[in-house]
Formats: sequence, structure tokens, C-alpha cells
Amino acid sequence: MTSVQLVFLLTAAITLYAALMVVLSKHLVHAALWLILVLAGIAVLYVLLNAGFLAVVQVAIYIDAIAILIIIVVMLTQRAMGETSMQVNRSWWLAALTSIVLFVGLVALFNQIPFLQSDAPALDVDAEVLLDDLGVSLVDVDQYILPFEVASVLLLAALVGSIMIAWPRGSASEEEHEA
Amino acid sequence: MIPLSWYIIFAAVLFCIGLYGALARRNALAILMGIELMLNAANVNIVAFWRYGTFAIRGQVFALIVFAVAAAEAAVGLALIISIYRRRTTIAVDEINMLKW
Amino acid sequence: MPFDINDPFVWFGEWFRGLLQGLGLAPGMVTFVQNLLGALALGTIVLVATFFLIWAERKIVARIQDRLGPNRVGPYGIFQTFADAIKLVTKELITPVGADIIPYNLAPLLTVMSVVGVWAVIPLAPRLTGSDINVGVLYVVSISAVGTLGIMLAGMSSNNKYALLGAFRTVAQMLSYAVPMVLALLVPVLLSGSMGMVQITEAQGSIWFVLLAPLAALIFFISSIAEVGRAPFDLLEADSEIVAGFNIEYSGLRFGMFFVAEFLHAFTISALTATLFLGGWQGPGANDYPLLGLLYFFIKTAVVYFVVIWIRGTFPRIRIDQMNSVNWKFFTPLALAGLVVTAVAEKLVTEYSLNRILVHLGSSALLFVIVFTILGSYARARRRELKGLAIRGSEVSAVESQA
Repeated sequence: MTSVQLVFLLTAAITLYAALMVVLSKHLVHAALWLILVLAGIAVLYVLLNAGFLAVVQVAIYIDAIAILIIIVVMLTQRAMGETSMQVNRSWWLAALTSIVLFVGLVALFNQIPFLQSDAPALDVDAEVLLDDLGVSLVDVDQYILPFEVASVLLLAALVGSIMIAWPRGSASEEEHEA
Repeated sequence: MIPLSWYIIFAAVLFCIGLYGALARRNALAILMGIELMLNAANVNIVAFWRYGTFAIRGQVFALIVFAVAAAEAAVGLALIISIYRRRTTIAVDEINMLKW
Repeated sequence: MPFDINDPFVWFGEWFRGLLQGLGLAPGMVTFVQNLLGALALGTIVLVATFFLIWAERKIVARIQDRLGPNRVGPYGIFQTFADAIKLVTKELITPVGADIIPYNLAPLLTVMSVVGVWAVIPLAPRLTGSDINVGVLYVVSISAVGTLGIMLAGMSSNNKYALLGAFRTVAQMLSYAVPMVLALLVPVLLSGSMGMVQITEAQGSIWFVLLAPLAALIFFISSIAEVGRAPFDLLEADSEIVAGFNIEYSGLRFGMFFVAEFLHAFTISALTATLFLGGWQGPGANDYPLLGLLYFFIKTAVVYFVVIWIRGTFPRIRIDQMNSVNWKFFTPLALAGLVVTAVAEKLVTEYSLNRILVHLGSSALLFVIVFTILGSYARARRRELKGLAIRGSEVSAVESQA
């Protein structure tokens, strides 16, 4: 058991336990905190996969923006559902069954693909070169500039749309929105 | 060292846990958290295949676009939840079952 | 190996490694122990330096306010902070009834951790960096926002209306000012071509970036002050408004951690400004004698920290609506415009020459002139409107006094 394997197993165990707590927790603020632990664990896994840039982007986008937004909305809507009312709907057993069946099916599928048992190939490029390649590929006309631009338009649409949706009722939602 | 199957199984478990969260919970925010878990599991899957494949850069580009989409979807979802809370004072999804009242 | 004045840190590392290997440890273990001790040393030095930072701040603010500051405990009051720390440590840790235990205890830890974590990537001297990652700038951005999370958790878990108000104000201010801060941070990245802090510092060997992009430096500096929550942006803990904000219910050492985190964060952003815009450890002779580089770094950081304290002692607190409007209507468009202008100017002239400086400065000056013309006309229109209101008001009162 090498040290990298140990780190992976520890991180995976913590992340999966935290994910279980997210879906089973009665108190929503605690669920949001467990979600932050899951996101941090996944950032560690990205570092293990030599994708350091993605790890930092994960922390910056998920933990610093999405998780904080979720906690704010939890605080704003906390009167709605206390810890005493039911947290799961009537057919929760069906959902659990579906999850388990899906997992068993996926594992059975993976065991039939020999490529998945392989080890990682050697890392023959520098991290600096990888980062340069990533940057160039996002703006190169022959590579992935189109998904990049479409993603920015999507973010702009989401920005404008969420401001319009959450605008307080009655105070001129027909006014010019600020982009 | 670490075979690819470990990462894939980890992503599968995380995805199934998120699926349970998205299907079985009553609170709209808890469903959103389940969806975030599923998106992260898919992202781990993508990055693992990028690492264990031929290092084509499109793996990381795919993961970055998934980040952007997840951020956009979380923002719109939270705005919807706030708007629903303002009108109905409830965010339990089985009580939001009429188009007009 | 004899002491090498040109490379003292590498010499020290080799000597220490020899010492550990003499004790019989395996090479991998030696590296691990070295890294662990290095991280511990950096964190401890940074936290202990906070004592003197707090003393310096109290003395300087006192002199600005025409009084003496602490001068009883030790010569010139230098041990005042130790006395305060001992007092804080011996206070009782009171947990309010109804507080959420885990976030309540986690919040001070997260806040301190986020600030100390930034020091891992700051280059202190030519070959002395905690961790030379090539995405250092992005790392700084993400770790700073974990501090925002800590403060928000503190406010939310305290079971106190004022703390909750403080938490919401905090999140609004810190998330808002993160936007122009990140946009202004991208300008040194553009000018040096890399996101790593070490590369940015090395690219300033010929000219400091503050001379190429003064607008970006100013925006970064002001947004960082707002991120930390120092005056004039200290509405997070406005004593007269919300009774100390998010850290009301914290006592003893937990409050001490928030206190330390705030002062250390101010010093950290001074270090960041010095590294990104003022050249970090660059200076005459720093490349050959790294100890000189360390000295230059501390001098620059101290100067910027003095300016931060100076600003604290001079300006009154701004309101939350003023803060929001100045951020979204002034800083963010200005930072975006500055980024675009820098990118265009960088494409026009890339190698170091007088042309490069002139092109960059010229474009910055152009942007400056345009912005302040717009601001001037806006201010003139507002003044006219207010004068019209005043004239009408005086007419009304003249009519009333006649009737």
C-alpha cells in the first residue's frame, strides 16, 4: 500500500461519508457544511489526478461561490421546513432501490472492461506546459473556442435570468435589467 | 499505483448517493445539493479518464465547461427557489403542485 | 558545505537534510519532515509577527489621533499585545444557548486558516517560497474566499440577530469586492504571462508593474482593503451600528482568533500588493544576495501596511448602499476596462523597452481621463440638481414665512 493509495483511500472515504451525510441530514445548514467537505475532498482528488488547475478552480467556483450561495438561501428560507417535518417523500424507498440497482449495474459493467484495470500512464509533460496547452486550446480557432464562447453566453444568460427571476415582486420587473 | 477502476467506482458511488438525494428529499435545496453531488461525480469521472487516457487536452476543457454549466444552473436554481419561497412560503416540492391557485 | 552567501536558504536546507539523514531517516521521510517543519515555521512566524503588527497599528493610529497609544507595558508599550493575548487566553469560553455547535467552533478556525494559507505561495526571497505552484494567483483568490465562509458561519451559528445581520453584510461586501479584486489581479498575470507568483515577481526585474498599470494596482489595493473589512469598509463590525457584528457571541481565545485573522489579513494583502505590483523581493543586488531580497520584501510590505493603517486613521466609515454602488458602478466597470486596455496595450508592444512603458502608461492615463470626465459631468449634474432643490426649498420657506 503506497502512500498515494493511502491518501486516495482516506480522501475517498471522507468524501463518501460526507456525501451520505448530505443526503441524510435533517438540518439543512449541516447538509450544506457536509457538501463543502465533499467539494473539498473532490479538489484533493483532482490534485491526485495531476489536474492542479482544476483543483483550484473547483475550490474557487464550488466552495467560494456555489456553497456560499446555498448557505445564504438556506438561511433566507429557514422558516419553511424545520427539522421536525418529514425530510423525505413517500417513495424514498424506491429512490434508494433505484440508486442501489444503478450502482450494482455500473459495477457489473465496469468489470467487463479490461482497460479500467490499468494503471496511470507516465506523466511526461510539465504542469506548466499542461496549463499553457489548456489556455491555448480555449482560444484557438481550430480547437475549443466555440464551447468556451457558448459557456460564456450561458453564464450571461444565467446571470440576467436569475436577477430577473429573483427580482422582488411589484417593483418594476419590466425595468431595464443590469447585466 | 492507483488503478483507474478505483476512481470510477468512487464516482459511481458518489453519483448514486446524489441520485438518492435528488429523488427522495422533499426540500428543494436538498434536491439541488443532490444534483451538485451528481455533477461533481461526473466531473471526477471525466478528469480520471483524461488522466488515464492519452492526455488529450479536451478532457480538461470538458471538465471546465461542466464547471461553468454547474455554476449557471446553481444560480438559476437558487433564484427560482427564492422566488417560489416569496410567493408560497414553502419550498417543499410536493406542496408546489399547482400551476395557478 | 561552507556557508554560501549567494544561496543561504538552499545551504540551510542541505545542512538540515544532512542532519536528518545523519539521524538515520529514509530520504522520502527526510523530505516529508523538512516540508512539515517548513510549513510549521512559516505559520508560526507569521502568527507571532501579528503581535508586533497590532502594536504598530495601535501606535500609528494613536499618533494620527494626536495621542500616545500603549506605552506602559515594556519600552514604548511593545509588550502590550502579549498582555492582551494573555488576558484573552485566560477568559472563559462562553457558548451561547441555541448556537449551532459545529459551525460555531469551526468558524474561527476557517478564518485563521484561510489567512495563514495565503503565505504558502508568497515568494519571500529569490529562492525562498513555501510552495511554487503555477496557479498561485488563483489559489490566493480561492483561499481568501474560505475566510468569507468562516465569517458567515460565525454570524449564522450564533443565534443572535445582530450577528446574523453582520454575517449578511459581510457576505455582501466580501463577495462584491472579490470581483474587482480578481479583475485587477488578472493584470499582473497578463503583464508577466504566468499565474505563478514566483514568475510574476521575476518578471518585474526590469520594471515594477505599478508603473505599467497604476489603475489596476489602485483597484486591487482598495478592493483588498474592502475584502479584509478594514476602515473605511469596516461596516462589518460597526460598533455603533450592529454591536460588533459577527463576533458578538465569541469570547476568549475564539475572539482572539478572529482578531488575529483580521490584522494578519491586512498584513497579507500588503504582502500581496508588494509582490504583485511593487516587485516583491526585487531590488538592487537582490539576485546575488537573497538576504537582501528578503529585506526589500519586508520594507515594501511594511510601507504598504503603513498606508493601510494611514487610511484607517483618516477616513470615516461608508454606508452599505454607498459601498455597493461604488463597487458595482465604479470599480467593476473600471477594472474590466483596465483589463481590456492592458490586454490591447500588451499585444501592441511586448518586449521591454521605453515604448512598452509609454504605451501602457498612456493607455492607463487615457482611461483615467475618460473615467474622471464622466465622473465630473455626473457630479456636476448632481450638484445642479441639488442646488435646484435647495433654491426651491428656500423659495417654499420664504413663501411660508411670508404667509
